[in-house]
Amino acid sequence: MNCIIIDDEAAARAIVAQLCTTIPDLDVIEEFSNAIDAIKFLNQQTVDVVFLDIHMPGFTGFDFVQTLKNPPKIVLTTSDTNFAIEAYEYEAIVDYLVKPISPERFSKSIKKVKNSLEKQAALSSSEENAGSIGGELYINIDRRLIKLNFDEILFIEAKGDYIDVKTTKENHRVHNTLKKIREKLPEDLFLQIHRSYIINFTKIMDIEDNSVLIEKNVIPISRSNRPELMRRLNLL
Amino acid sequence: MEYPNLDYIKKLAGDDISFENKFISILKDEFPLEKSEYSSVLKAGKTDETALIVHKLKHKLNILGLENAYRLAVTYEEDLKKGDTKLKDQFSTILETIESYLKTL
Repeated sequence: MNCIIIDDEAAARAIVAQLCTTIPDLDVIEEFSNAIDAIKFLNQQTVDVVFLDIHMPGFTGFDFVQTLKNPPKIVLTTSDTNFAIEAYEYEAIVDYLVKPISPERFSKSIKKVKNSLEKQAALSSSEENAGSIGGELYINIDRRLIKLNFDEILFIEAKGDYIDVKTTKENHRVHNTLKKIREKLPEDLFLQIHRSYIINFTKIMDIEDNSVLIEKNVIPISRSNRPELMRRLNLL
Repeated sequence: MEYPNLDYIKKLAGDDISFENKFISILKDEFPLEKSEYSSVLKAGKTDETALIVHKLKHKLNILGLENAYRLAVTYEEDLKKGDTKLKDQFSTILETIESYLKTL
């Protein structure tokens, strides 16, 4: 985990830096005496946590938080207790340390930061999954846009100038190409296994030498696409 | 009467003597500048700016274990925001005490 320290007082920066040395996996990568320089730095570099003084001339700690589009986790360091309520209105602010900061209180604050970072990572991971599994595609049939969830598509077959989108419920014939629909489908769910077929990888029931079975449909695998299919399988 | 001490800094430093020395050096550099700035803005009657410097200085009072002085500084800072300077003499005495102490380090 890395951090930066922003405080117009050199003595205050030195104290926070010393407290950071007591945390084994926390590195101070830079210190700033004003928020403007810190913003320039954060435009170039990603950090996990910022220790931020509220009271600074010209540009306060709250100005700093409002300026950042994607702020890292922020721990406020201040001699005032008066701003605590305001501080918790900002999602990025994880903790509020009143100076002089004790090592014990600092350690608790780091635990809060780590918990917050873990929650954030878990949330992003679930959002990524939702984007691919829970995604959808609209197909144009007779001037109607029909919504298909990726999860209900079994496979797509090229038929001349058309494609057949076979779902768990029905078959939709669409005037389009396999290449175009492939670009709209998530790669982690769909795979082209033949020049005329794209399959939903999660719907495979079994695989023989040159074909896959999806529900009652036997779909050919071309020799050139077979290695990629095999690579993706969780083979025992 | 309370006196400045380095208890907090020693607690933070542990066995790290270099940090203690570095910190004393920072205090010796930073405090006189802030004290001088305080005096000049107070003299100029800029009470809002004076309050800002008192805010910075009060952290140092805390670091040096001056709890009563810190409480006085909190009140003084609020008074200054309202243009009230009645605690200036008491605060100046505190600053003189710290200045003398830093010379002993």
